Amino acid sequence: MTVHTRHGDASDGVTAEAVGGRLSRVDGPAKITGAAKYAVEQQLEGLAYAVLLESTIASGKVRAIDTTAAEAAPGVLKVLTPDTIISLRTASDWFGTPPPDKPYCPLAHDITFSGQHVAAVVAETFEQAVAAAALVKVSYDETPAIVDLSDGKAGDGIPIDAMTKEWGDAQAAFASAPVRVCAAYNTPREYQAPMEPHGLIARWEGDQLTVWEPSQWLDGMARTYAEWFGVSFENVRLVSPYIGGGFGSKALALSHGAVAACAAKMLGRPVRLVMTRQQTFTGYGGRAATRQTVALGADRDGRIQSIVHRGVNETSMDGMWVEPLGSVTSIMYATPNFSSKQNVVRVNSVVPGAMRAPGENPSAFGIESAIDELAYEVGIDPLEIRLRNYAEQDPHAKKAWSTRQLREAFAAGAERFGWARRAPEPRSMRDGNQLIGWGVAAGTYPVRRAYGEAIVRILSDGSVEVESSSIDMGQGTYTILAQTAAETVGVPADTVVVKLGDSRFPRAGVTGGSRLAGVMTGAVYKAATSALDQLIGLAISDPRSPFHALQANTLVVANGRIASPRGDGPDLSIAELLASIGRDHIEATGDTMPANSTAQDRYKNYTTIAMSLPHTEGDYSRYSWCAHFIEVRVDEDFGTVRVSRVVSALDSGRLYNPKLAESQWKGGIIMGIGQALLEEGIVDRRHGRIVNNNLADYLVPTNADIPDIEVISVGIPDLHSSVLGGKGVGELAIVGVAPAIANAVFHATGKRVRDLPITLEKLI
Amino acid sequence: MRDFSYLRATSVDAAREAAALPGAMLLAGGTTLIDLAKCGVTEPDTLVDITHLTGLDRIEVNERGATIGALARMGHVADHADIKSRFPAVSEALWQAASAQIRNMATMGGNLMQRTRCPYFRDPSNFPACNKRQPGSGCSAIGGVTRGHAVLGTSEACIAMYPGDLAVALVAFDAVVHLGERRVSVDDFFLLPGTTPDREHAIELGEMITAIEIPGTAAARRSTYLKIRDRQSYEFAAASAAVGIEFEADGRTIRDLRVALGGVATKPWRARAVEDALKGKVLEPETVRAASLLAVEGAVDHGANHYKIELAPRVVARAILKLGETA
Repeated sequence: MTVHTRHGDASDGVTAEAVGGRLSRVDGPAKITGAAKYAVEQQLEGLAYAVLLESTIASGKVRAIDTTAAEAAPGVLKVLTPDTIISLRTASDWFGTPPPDKPYCPLAHDITFSGQHVAAVVAETFEQAVAAAALVKVSYDETPAIVDLSDGKAGDGIPIDAMTKEWGDAQAAFASAPVRVCAAYNTPREYQAPMEPHGLIARWEGDQLTVWEPSQWLDGMARTYAEWFGVSFENVRLVSPYIGGGFGSKALALSHGAVAACAAKMLGRPVRLVMTRQQTFTGYGGRAATRQTVALGADRDGRIQSIVHRGVNETSMDGMWVEPLGSVTSIMYATPNFSSKQNVVRVNSVVPGAMRAPGENPSAFGIESAIDELAYEVGIDPLEIRLRNYAEQDPHAKKAWSTRQLREAFAAGAERFGWARRAPEPRSMRDGNQLIGWGVAAGTYPVRRAYGEAIVRILSDGSVEVESSSIDMGQGTYTILAQTAAETVGVPADTVVVKLGDSRFPRAGVTGGSRLAGVMTGAVYKAATSALDQLIGLAISDPRSPFHALQANTLVVANGRIASPRGDGPDLSIAELLASIGRDHIEATGDTMPANSTAQDRYKNYTTIAMSLPHTEGDYSRYSWCAHFIEVRVDEDFGTVRVSRVVSALDSGRLYNPKLAESQWKGGIIMGIGQALLEEGIVDRRHGRIVNNNLADYLVPTNADIPDIEVISVGIPDLHSSVLGGKGVGELAIVGVAPAIANAVFHATGKRVRDLPITLEKLI
Repeated sequence: MRDFSYLRATSVDAAREAAALPGAMLLAGGTTLIDLAKCGVTEPDTLVDITHLTGLDRIEVNERGATIGALARMGHVADHADIKSRFPAVSEALWQAASAQIRNMATMGGNLMQRTRCPYFRDPSNFPACNKRQPGSGCSAIGGVTRGHAVLGTSEACIAMYPGDLAVALVAFDAVVHLGERRVSVDDFFLLPGTTPDREHAIELGEMITAIEIPGTAAARRSTYLKIRDRQSYEFAAASAAVGIEFEADGRTIRDLRVALGGVATKPWRARAVEDALKGKVLEPETVRAASLLAVEGAVDHGANHYKIELAPRVVARAILKLGETA
């Protein structure tokens, strides 16, 4: 077996600046020095400040809102309530489904969750707005709430037929299997908790709206704002140059944005509104709480004969969120019989939302815990049982994998981790009071594909400019697009300027589902190729060009200079060439849309997710893969779990920049450690309210919780997945971390924890 | 906008006089006060800034003990060589508290005035009932989310946990708070909630903490602070123990023992029953584990915090045994 390990350093023959090189983040210096201006840091003339008021009950109606005292408070410009805010139109959803013809009010009369926006105060200063908000008196008529999935009133929920996946006769095969394991696995509400809270500045100039807002999807959000206010898409400009973390939470225009834009329109002034940290726990949704039962039937050699899977996730009273819990269950292992079904239960909470690897993440916690249980049941090494049930093709789609380097990932990770030295029995490894456990789990994420467009300009000084309305929330878009343009045109990367985060630039779909790098490198590659072709064409054909007399078929551009491939003739800088032919720039637009696409197709592609290409389109099934090997130390007296070692081997196909990919993988693994051990939105059942709605009480890992993490790339270029051969990076690595840790905890302690997070009281 | 006045005190007497004004509060590092003001829990009319007073940040250590000025920063005290050598539990409690940034701002006097992390106490707009904030309004925590609440020293009026680390070490070693001329033991300085949970400290209007004095003892010199928590740093204790030990000449028989608990009680909790059970005994693991169970005598849980009753004795035992190993 060949293990493909690309380090991306000189040993691979790739320079840092080329695609595949370890170029450091080009936006790094601006962020470190504070020069990078985030959305709400814009200084605008006449800026007013809005603060939100939230419901303090989980279910009922607003009886009255007394704004008298607040309106009389110093500096107050406006108090917005459901009765006084201007009426908006309902916008389409993210599939572009035409909305019902009814008004939309971002402030609620009917309360369906605690923390719902009920009013807003706008004042000359932030402090005045905060002080006045405290004077607004809201009274309610409260009705009983369904607080969470375990509420007796919650019921079984709504079956989601589209989630049903079945083949063979799973129930019968499970019933007759020689070995059976069946258990329930639960994950709590989890929150994206980006460092930069949600907020925006909205400014109207006539019927033109400009919104400075951190965004994972400028064009989608612009569409929503346009539909709310009944203006054309072109009249809305979203600006989002830098984003302080999104993790799925910044892809949609949300009610707080509508409130700010309404306030700006009503006042005729730009308005800034930033959520408090507490409000970020209820102003939009985190990951839905989930419950799954996984039943595995197997023969005595551990070969799976049947998987029966049932899942439930919570959604809100008036919104629909489906967290696809059978997504990993149905593809990770070969099985002749399979059944997965899912229900969704309405509770009084904000509608849950996307959080790093929605679906795959909790799904993997179920199946990757269950197969570990099966391994102990049949007495087979947890790594061996995974290889024994290796899916040679997509068991659900019945198609060949485009690439699946999972076997290579298991091999490389196990080798580096030293898995062969593992003592099989639980509680068999210790260091003083510390029980040591080693766990393994796999992860996967589908290759989500879409179309993108970009402009590449070669400027008179020989530098190159790239423009796209896609965004960089820390994952490295600025950097990899600079590398792509530099390599394609043949200029140094530091002469490429990438401009992102403005909806006036060529359009891009959502930065979500780990699709952006594959989409945008493809678009920039096309645009840059086209610009290069123009440049060479002009150099050959323009009578004023020093190359004109050469009668060459082509020319080469490297390191910013243009010459003939044979080395004869002139050798000019790009700037000199452009000067000689009297051009101040060359510009090309490139996109990856099908050639016959209409303007309507393009609009739909960039402003909805309806045009995304299925990952099982055509002959192949496309996924990224990973294997995590994790060591934990559990204090046998205290029950505290600390992760002491992580080795993860990952297949994201070709890496455009290994340094940035490794950073994203490590970020995912760290987030997975938080999910496994710390993160849980805790509901006060009497009030239906999250009480740990702040970063002191909702714990995410600190540096001290994170050991050295070793990541190994085992990917190979996958041209079925993207133009340049990459697969998804950003979401992959979190998938499988929590079960690897739970499996390691079982190995350490002999206790199987099936409810996340694994806190100390579950082990003492 | 809520206005308040700001005074910069020029002397301790001036500070005390200003602090006696209605609605006045002393401001030192500000790490608690400004946080609570943002939560809407404290609404001072006047802030009396004492950070410019001179001579209140001294750390003096000699054979008799340590005297630490009220304005000494937590970070400085944690790193002080003589504190580390003569009062290791105090240094360890400090450096395991909060974050480096907070320790560099927060003062020793201010630390003693740190208030509970009870989420109901800290969220007045959603939870109006809180006897600590509003005497007689009730307790929102009882019957609610109680994983972080106290199991010792609670009352029907309040189950809020005392969150600090430093004072746990101080109470173990009979430290004394200097309120100008008046001296109060740290144990007496912190009050049980009883029926008046709004009153947390034995400090009178017009008084100000000027120093903390820790008697030098052999037990303080051989001491440790063991803090068990959900995450490895920047987190309050699930349970903690400050322990100091002095052996007889045989190196095995316990002459003096100090045990105090954090993370489990409504105030820094001295566990004298454990001390009394082990004094004069030879240090043996089984004896220590059995005696450590006395640390949670009388504990009452509220469901989700039951684990603290299991955990605290184990923390005490581990800390005592760890000190024994170094004998």
